[in-house]
Formats: sequence, structure tokens, C-alpha cells
Amino acid sequence: MSRQAALCLVGLAAAVMFPLVAPNYLVNVGMMVLFVAFIGQSWNIAGGFAGQTSFGHVVFFGTGAYTSTILQVTYGWNPWLAWPAAMLAGAIVGWVIAVLSFRAGLRGSYFALITLAFAEVFRILANSVPFTRGGLGMLIKADPRPINFQFRDPIWFYYLALLLCVVSILIAWQVTRSRFGARLVAIRENEDAARALGIDVFAEKVKVLTLSGAMCAAGGTFYAQKYLYIDPNIAFGVDKSVEMLLVSMVGGAGTIFGPLIGSVTLTVINEVTRAVASVVPALKNVQPLSLVVYGIMLVLIVARLPDGLIGLFRRKPRHA
Amino acid sequence: MLDSQIIFAGVLNGLLAGGIYVLVAVGLTLIYGVLHIINFAHGSLLMLAMYAVFFLWRLVGVDPYAALPLVIAGAFIFGFFLYRLVIGRFSHGRDENILLITLGLSIVIDNAALLFFGGDTQTIDVPYAGAFVEIGAAFLPLPKIISFAASLLICAALGLYMARSDTGKAIRAVAKERQGARLVGIDVDNIFAISYGIGIACLGAAACLLMPTFYVTPSSGHAFVLVAFTIVVLGGMGSFVGAAVGGFIIGITEALGGLLLGEQLGQIGISLIFILILLLKPTGLFGSKA
Amino acid sequence: MLEVHELSKSFGGLKAVDQASLDVREGEIVGLIGPNGAGKTTLFAAIAGFQPPDAGRVAFAGQDITGLAPHKICAAGMVRTFQITQPFAKISVRENIMVGAYFHTADSKLARREAEAVAGMVGMTGQLDQMGADLTVAGRKRLELARALATGPRLLLLDEVMAGLNPTEITEIVQVIRDIRESGITILLIEHVMQAVTSLAERVYVLNQGRMIADGTPAAIAQDPQVIEAYLGHGAAKVMRA
Repeated sequence: MSRQAALCLVGLAAAVMFPLVAPNYLVNVGMMVLFVAFIGQSWNIAGGFAGQTSFGHVVFFGTGAYTSTILQVTYGWNPWLAWPAAMLAGAIVGWVIAVLSFRAGLRGSYFALITLAFAEVFRILANSVPFTRGGLGMLIKADPRPINFQFRDPIWFYYLALLLCVVSILIAWQVTRSRFGARLVAIRENEDAARALGIDVFAEKVKVLTLSGAMCAAGGTFYAQKYLYIDPNIAFGVDKSVEMLLVSMVGGAGTIFGPLIGSVTLTVINEVTRAVASVVPALKNVQPLSLVVYGIMLVLIVARLPDGLIGLFRRKPRHA
Repeated sequence: MLDSQIIFAGVLNGLLAGGIYVLVAVGLTLIYGVLHIINFAHGSLLMLAMYAVFFLWRLVGVDPYAALPLVIAGAFIFGFFLYRLVIGRFSHGRDENILLITLGLSIVIDNAALLFFGGDTQTIDVPYAGAFVEIGAAFLPLPKIISFAASLLICAALGLYMARSDTGKAIRAVAKERQGARLVGIDVDNIFAISYGIGIACLGAAACLLMPTFYVTPSSGHAFVLVAFTIVVLGGMGSFVGAAVGGFIIGITEALGGLLLGEQLGQIGISLIFILILLLKPTGLFGSKA
Repeated sequence: MLEVHELSKSFGGLKAVDQASLDVREGEIVGLIGPNGAGKTTLFAAIAGFQPPDAGRVAFAGQDITGLAPHKICAAGMVRTFQITQPFAKISVRENIMVGAYFHTADSKLARREAEAVAGMVGMTGQLDQMGADLTVAGRKRLELARALATGPRLLLLDEVMAGLNPTEITEIVQVIRDIRESGITILLIEHVMQAVTSLAERVYVLNQGRMIADGTPAAIAQDPQVIEAYLGHGAAKVMRA
């Protein structure tokens, strides 16, 4: 067995053992790490592999969260059935945004900005439209039984997040070994050359954004089921977009394990700043401090370490 | 349907707000035109400037309008060194990289503000805030009118500076043809820093003009950045005339949107315009082909 | 195989290509030459679908491909390379060529073998693991060639493949191009390096200021007064004869 595969197996075993020995607080932290790695991977597939940097990825997250929650709360659907429906909704939104943006020939920064605008439109709509209960948000009735996609013991959300994370890594791995992935990378590196070599750039971009949308929407449902409450800011706020982008870029955009490494790093930073802040009484709210650090990291990564942290581990930084 | 008087008042109010938006947009479009940077930190920097105006008033007792020269100068210096030390240093390569860097910057600024200033909304109470000017059925707050006039004056002054002064000409040269400007001996890097400084100075001015009738919170940056980008994209990246026209259009759109759709939903007009322009005419009304 | 009929393309007010016509028969190597700024790359771009022509027709193997998208033209069997090389910088030479190979197969193992075979043809076997960004000019030119080859084209449009190469490298590439033709691929090349044109091309077209001013064997057009004037200036032909 190759060294890489052995490492993966060890890591997986550790991840499986972890919640059995760790206190609940850490189990929840671990769940968050895996969850953010999952939605980060959804960004990574479009942004890292295909080079389509989106600033508004949260639009898919929120679509998923609201779709499954509305189906559940308003129409009485079973959440496990609402989940694939949410993924479908995410895929459709991804498809629409892709077709509109890429038909218009938007690239690079313009594409990033238009995704931001789409997310904002969705946020405003969610805030104003009756079937999302507007600014009040939506509450899912707490009834922690597995059939309701709710678990009394956080360990089950942890394992579900682990499953999602592993699936996303497998998807990314498969992408790198396939023609689809090679085409995405070609598009990222040089669209014109890709075109000249017979790649239907528009079609591939639409495909990747559709896939990414579906994945991210799946994350939205998971989040809603874990916390049992969503509102327009949670579902469509800029913070999640930044988080997805950040973990991928910090870990290594366009690599299979980048989002996971980024997620672990960012969580460690978060916990460290939390510890530091608890010593300084004046700092009540820790979240902004972590974000300040994240912002600085983003600048440093883009400027000095564009291959992300994974770039430190490779002699020659190899992308997908 | 809505009373034509109310619409008239709305349009006038929107026009007044638009006048200040023009100032914000001019800074952004200048930065783009000269440096080819999409300055995502623009909204956050405006928020920072607004806090500066607030604290000058709260701690030193300076009226926001009186603070104009100080804040403009301070903002210019801040912008100049921000470019020299951070942005200019790191802004090589794809244009997306610079966008990401300015995004990182905005995250730092927004959250530092949250950390140090707290999340509360802050306002300034000027003694003449309650004064109104009546035009037809519209009751326009005096500070808004003063701000509008001041904004136009500042834009005109900036325009004159760009057209007549040596630095202004150098800036325009660099915007048009970077290499050529370098060849005739213009210190291009310095011009970059100066241009960025001027862009932020515009924000300083806008901050002084906004605070009497507006409010500031750490999340103001978010709100303004999309507005600023919409105006610049609508008007055409790099075009001053575009920024001016765009500013007024967006000001009016915002006012009418609020009237017709309510406070919350009204905001959607701006995002929709942004999307439509990018999809239909990305070069904007007055822009040249990218 | 390729028929270009009175193609025109303008940018703004400038007519870059003015009613240019050419044809390439199967199995030929045809050259397209002309002084700098004559419009050669624009003509290529218009033929290969990167710029829609303002007027004129392009037919390939009997099929009208005027204004079709580049990837569809590739599907028809015509591929172009770029004058300013466009390697996929962050991936290896092998992976670069595989992108081309993936055009006619979805199997990654097959694409890999194809890529390695093509690399052998252009003499890049030793560089398969190098990053696209790390190649020298000569390497990048070969990579352009290899990538295009890997798609399995019937007609190859080569845009100044020799530019920036030293005489040894030129001789090598000339041989490679001959081998490519031997394998059954038709070639239309833009070139400045006369040595290459004369040793490779059976026929040559000359473009000047957007207009096709001559065509024939390399020997014939070297004597053509209009061609001489295009390169050396007005009245040069008379001077040459005197």
C-alpha cells in the first residue's frame, strides 16, 4: 500500500476513534472541522480546480438549508427525503447562475462579484418573502430521533459530517483522475488553449458549478438539521462564503486535501484565539478576533503562499 | 398607487444621496482606472473613515463638516501608506489575486472595527440636523443638502486637479498608458500610491458628508461595497462621468425601491441592477472595452 | 481539405484581413508568410474560430465551418497552436498533453499512453514530468505542437512554431514536422524563418497588409517582385533586378 494511502487510512481511523474518547465540546468542534471541510471542498471544486473563484457560494448553502427546512416545516416532508430535494435545488441554482454568467462571458473578478450579488439577492428575498418567514427565520421542531434527521447524541452528527467529508474527498479524488478534472484544470490554466484543444469551456464550467451547488446545498441541510434554526443572515450571509473560500485557499486551492487542512488550521487558530481572549477580559466577543487573523492569513497566502499550506509540504507543488 | 408628491420627494432624496454616492464611486473608479485594482476594501475603508469622523465629533467635539480638511488629508495619508506597505507589495499576478487581497483587507478592517468599536450603531447629533428645506411637497433635511453641495464641489475640485495639475496629468497618463508613462520618466509606483490615496481621500470626504444624516456600524462596509461596485460597473469601470451618472441613478433607484417595495426588499434593486449590467453590458454606460 | 474564400476581418476601422483566400490540399504542407503585421495570426484566428470573420467563408473537408466555435472546429479535425505559447503552467508536460489526448478518449490510462507516445514523437520524452511553467521557449513550442497533435487532428495550424528557436532546434523541429506529415496530417504554417519555410512547404501564400499578394512554390514567390517589395519596401524589386 502506498504511503499516501496508509496515511489516509490512519487519519480515517483516528477520526473514527476520536469522538469515542473526546468530550462533547470537542466532538462538536471536530464535527465543525469536518463540516467546513465538506462545504469548503464544494467551493474548491469550482474555485480551486476550475479556477472559477466565487465570492457568493453561500447562495447554494442557503438554498439547500431553506429548501429542506421549508419542505419539512411547511409541507411535512421527512427531512431525509428533503435532503436530496435540497441538493437538487442547489444544483439548479448552480446551473442557472453558471449559464447566465458564462453566457455573458464573465470571468475572474467579474464572476466573483456577480456571485456575491446573487447571494445578496437571495438574502434580501429570504428576508422579505412570506414562505421563508422573513427575518424571523425558521425553527425546526426539536424531536431528536434519527428518523427526523436529528440526533440526541452529537456523536452521530460528527459521524455524518465525517461521512460527508470523506465523500467530498472521494469526489475530488475522482475528479483529479478523470477527463472532467483534467479539462477543469486546463480551463483554469488557460481558457483559450483549452478551447483550441476541443474543450467546450462553457459546458464544463456549467457542469462544475452545478456539481458544486449540489454539494454545498447538502451542507446547508445538514447545518439546518444540526442547529434547528435558520434565518436569512445565517443562510445567505457573506461569512459562510468567506469561510468556504478561506479554508480552500489556506489549505491549498485545487488540491484534494486542501479544504480539510485549511479547516483544521482555521479551527486551531479559532481555538487559540479563544484561549487568548479568555485571558484578556476586555475582549468579550472572540469571533471577530479570529476573523481578523483569517483576513491576515488570506492576504499572506495569496501574496506569499498561493499554493496554500499544502505547498509547504511538497517539493514541487503539484496541482490536480 | 403612490402619490406623485411622495415619488417626487423620493426622487429628490435619492438625488441628494446619490450626490454622495458619486464621491464614493469616483474614488473606486479612479483606483480601478489607474491601478486596475478592484478595491474590495472600499466599503470597509469608508466605514473606517466614518468612525474617524464619529470619534472626532465625540471625543474632540469637531463638527463633521468642519472636519473635512482633516479627514480628507488623514484618509489620503492612510490610503497612500496602505498602498505602499500592503497592497502595492502584494498585488502582482492575476486580477483575482488583488481582489482576494483586498477582500482579506476588508475582513481585517471589518472585524477589527467590531472588536474595538463594538457592534452598536453610532450616530452624530448636529444642532442643525432638524432643519428642513421645503421644495414642493418634499421636506429635505438641511444637512443632506449641504452634503450634496459639498460633494459636487469636491468632485469639481478633483476634476480640476486631474485636468490642470502636474500630478493630475501624470495620473491620467499612467491610467492611459503605463509603460509609456514610465518611459517619459513618471514615477509610476508613486503615482499608484497617490492615486490610491486620492481614492481613499474621497472616502474621507464622503464620510464627513454622510455622518450628519446617517449612522455607522462595523457592518456598514458590506452595505456600501455592493452599492459602490454597482455604480462603478453601471457607469463603466474607470469612467468619471460614469461614476457621476451612476451615482445619481443608484441614489434614485435606492430611494424609489425603498418607497415601492419597503425598506428591506427595496435594497434588492441595487443588486439586481448590478447583475443585469454585468450580464447585459459589462462595460457599463460609459466604459471602454476591458 | 481547407478552403478559405475571401475572408475579411476588421478591428475598429482597421482592415486586418482583406478578402484573403487560400486552400490547402490533403497531405500538403503549406506556408503562410508575410511581413510583420500583415494579418497572418488574425487570419488563423478567423479560420480556427477564435474571431468570427466579417465576411468570407471557411470550409473544411467540404463542411462549412465559418464562425464555428473553436472546440467544434477541433471536433471537425482542425487544431491550431498559438504564436505566444500558452502552456498549462501548473501541471506537468504529460498532463498538458493528456488534455489534448482526452479529446478522443475518456479513459485516463489511454490518454496517458497517448500523451507519452506523442511526447516521443516531438522529442519530449525526457521532459514528461516537468512543469509547464518550467519549460524553455523551445520546450514550450514543442509542447504546443504535442498538445495539438494529441487531439488527433487532420489539419494542423502552426503559428510561428520556430520563433525564438536557435538553428539546431529549428532543424529538429523541421524534422518533427516532416514526421507529422508522414503520419498523415496536413499542415498549414505561419512562419518567419525562411529556412524552415523553404525546406518544409510545397506551396506558400504571401500576405501583406491583409491582402494575399502571391502564392506558389517557395522558389517562385522568392522571385515575385510584389513579394520582394512587401518585405524590402517600395521600389526594391527594381533595385534587385538592376
